[in-house]
Amino acid sequence: MLRTFRIGGVHPPENKLSAGKPITPLAIPAQVIIPLSQHIGAPAQAVVKKGDMVKVGTLIGKSGGFVSANIHSSVSGKVNKIDNVLDASGYKRPAVIIDVTGDEWEESIDRSETLEKNCTLEPKEIIDKITACGIVGLGGATFPTQVKLTPPPGNKADLVIINAVECEPYLTSDHSLMLEKPEEILVGVTLLMKAVNVSKAVIGIENNKKDAIALLTRLSAGYPGIEVMPLKVQYPQGGEKQLIDAVIRKQVKSGALPISAGALVQNVGTAYAVYEAVQKNKPLVERVVTVTGKGVSNPSNFLVRIGTPINLLIDAAGGIPEDTGKIIGGGPMMGKALITPEVPVTKGSSGVLILSKEESARKPASNCIRCAKCVSACPMGLNPALLARSSSFSNWEIAEKNYITDCIECGSCSFTCPAHRPLLDFIRLGKGKVMGIIRARKS
Amino acid sequence: MENKLIVSPSPHIHGGDTIGKNMYGVLIALVPAFLVSLYYFGLGALIVTLTSVSACVLFEYLIQKFLMKEEPTLCDGSAILTGVLLAFNLPSNLPVWIILIGALAAIGIGKMSFGGLGNNIFNPALVGRVFLLISFPAQMTTWPVPGHFPMTYTDAQTGATVLSALQEGVTDLPSFMDMLIGHMGGSLGEVGAIALILGFLFMLARKIITWHIPVTILVTVAVFSGIMHAIDPVRYVSPLVQLLSGGLLLGAIFMATDYVTSPMSKKGMVVYSVGIGLLTVIIRLFGSYPEGMSFAILIMNAFTPLINSYMKPKHFGGK
Repeated sequence: MLRTFRIGGVHPPENKLSAGKPITPLAIPAQVIIPLSQHIGAPAQAVVKKGDMVKVGTLIGKSGGFVSANIHSSVSGKVNKIDNVLDASGYKRPAVIIDVTGDEWEESIDRSETLEKNCTLEPKEIIDKITACGIVGLGGATFPTQVKLTPPPGNKADLVIINAVECEPYLTSDHSLMLEKPEEILVGVTLLMKAVNVSKAVIGIENNKKDAIALLTRLSAGYPGIEVMPLKVQYPQGGEKQLIDAVIRKQVKSGALPISAGALVQNVGTAYAVYEAVQKNKPLVERVVTVTGKGVSNPSNFLVRIGTPINLLIDAAGGIPEDTGKIIGGGPMMGKALITPEVPVTKGSSGVLILSKEESARKPASNCIRCAKCVSACPMGLNPALLARSSSFSNWEIAEKNYITDCIECGSCSFTCPAHRPLLDFIRLGKGKVMGIIRARKS
Repeated sequence: MENKLIVSPSPHIHGGDTIGKNMYGVLIALVPAFLVSLYYFGLGALIVTLTSVSACVLFEYLIQKFLMKEEPTLCDGSAILTGVLLAFNLPSNLPVWIILIGALAAIGIGKMSFGGLGNNIFNPALVGRVFLLISFPAQMTTWPVPGHFPMTYTDAQTGATVLSALQEGVTDLPSFMDMLIGHMGGSLGEVGAIALILGFLFMLARKIITWHIPVTILVTVAVFSGIMHAIDPVRYVSPLVQLLSGGLLLGAIFMATDYVTSPMSKKGMVVYSVGIGLLTVIIRLFGSYPEGMSFAILIMNAFTPLINSYMKPKHFGGK
């Protein structure tokens, strides 16, 4: 029996249309838009100005606080301007716009393909390199990696869990990376283990990626302490708490950090970025992005420079289909609908999903029939119908008492509801309100 | 931009489940029991069911359209289901005018007066049945003896059910085989044990309901009536007779599991079901009515909001 998390979960159609497609480098665009806020936390502070010449890997934004990350240029050329630009969040935020000339890299970066297995650095030095290279969690949450690697006092990791489940339907960027860069990923995992001083790592992969499981299992024999664990396909297994429960059968306490269960979770793409940062001195300037959708003529996995406008990716995959209703940054369960495809790829962009008008339409909602299917689906063991109802009545007290702040916004409730009620819309609203109330109470 | 994009919060896809799919799923699960009824009670079963369903659908349509002034939602199948379940709780020779009153009580009082599907506190079909049982006790407790299809509607011989026979001290009960296949007197949908269990398995396979409510009720009844049987085997019949007689299986599988009126958490479902099981046996053994299932379910329906607020789902990372 394969393991999975033990509360709730759903199984949406997998639709991995781009599975098995090789990672294709996308042509460098004529201009890139590099937002200074691509991570959770404080935005980076621009350290270049209009007219400056930059190379690939040049620092253009300096980390703006403890929870923040450096930003590097992904192209060579001239800074056109620093301006507020619409990004995938739907807001206008500061970004560095660079006109591209050629493709010149910083000399410190090792661009060779040779595998660098050995590392003599101390844990502190590894973390410093990760900080310098602006590595953030690449699964979508974009939490700065160095912060996660230095847990608050009193917390100590017993093992590293690598999140390679890619439980969102459609997306295949992590899958393709595992097939093409398995050794690099394993070295990256070893580096992460060294950084937090643990001797054990588990790579959790859902069983719909059998080729990646076989490949990594075979190669991991050469890397002491690393185990590959196939997991039953179940959404949202990529949720940090769900993955910890699936792998080590421990539930992170309500309101506590995942590290309190002794597990440090990192995305498989992050492990690869850590390899490149530590062993090749390469900052996070490009990533794998899946472009997919049933109407897309050529669903693909592209290696894309950060800051490339998303419409160029769509063009390379065969153009925007005629009946496009929605363009989503990320997967269909947790991704964000874009206002326009002209927004840039950022560190957290795992995919671009195009849905037809028909697929995008929501059915009208009817009365809640209290069937409790949302209760069975909720991976956090909450009562989504109750939370949505109390939010819609602005009853924040009931919402807080029923742990609305534990909601991970995975969307399993709305996905399941036979009455097509927009449960998560209301819960998200209530969660924001309640978190505000709790903050106000504390201060 | 000439072609505006749709922007809405996640999730962007839906599993495709609908209220209709669940309601029609329950209706499919009721087909075997209906066929058994048709075989043993003949045309009466068909006439009662058709009358009840059309009356429920009609009353719901009229009330939604003219009293509540909203768009009728007949397509979700819930009025049809109420109609079938009401019919299944009636004797197959009940006069049409009484069925109409029952349907009006079920839909009008039981469902629409609370605001329609999703808002009612009590199981509408049971509201209809109990309304009739109290108003027309003679007609509601005169069951035709099982014959063979096609019997006519009115001239069927009447006789006792297992439970009413027990109440009167009769010991000449149908064989267990007859009780399993449904060859006994009773309300038209409650007799075929095997057919009802088939429906249960179908609903489990289609994930329409979970096992918690039916299984807990049956286990509770078996244990409690088993204890009583052990204490006094002459006065109290064996648990097997309790399980196979009256509306127990129909109620446990199809009535107590009604989404709207049963608790939402698994723990709550178990508490609710234990309550139904205990009340049923108490009414059957010590009450003045031979049959206790309908009352037990309605009483526990009333406790459902309370159970919901005390019995929370198992919270991830909670105590």
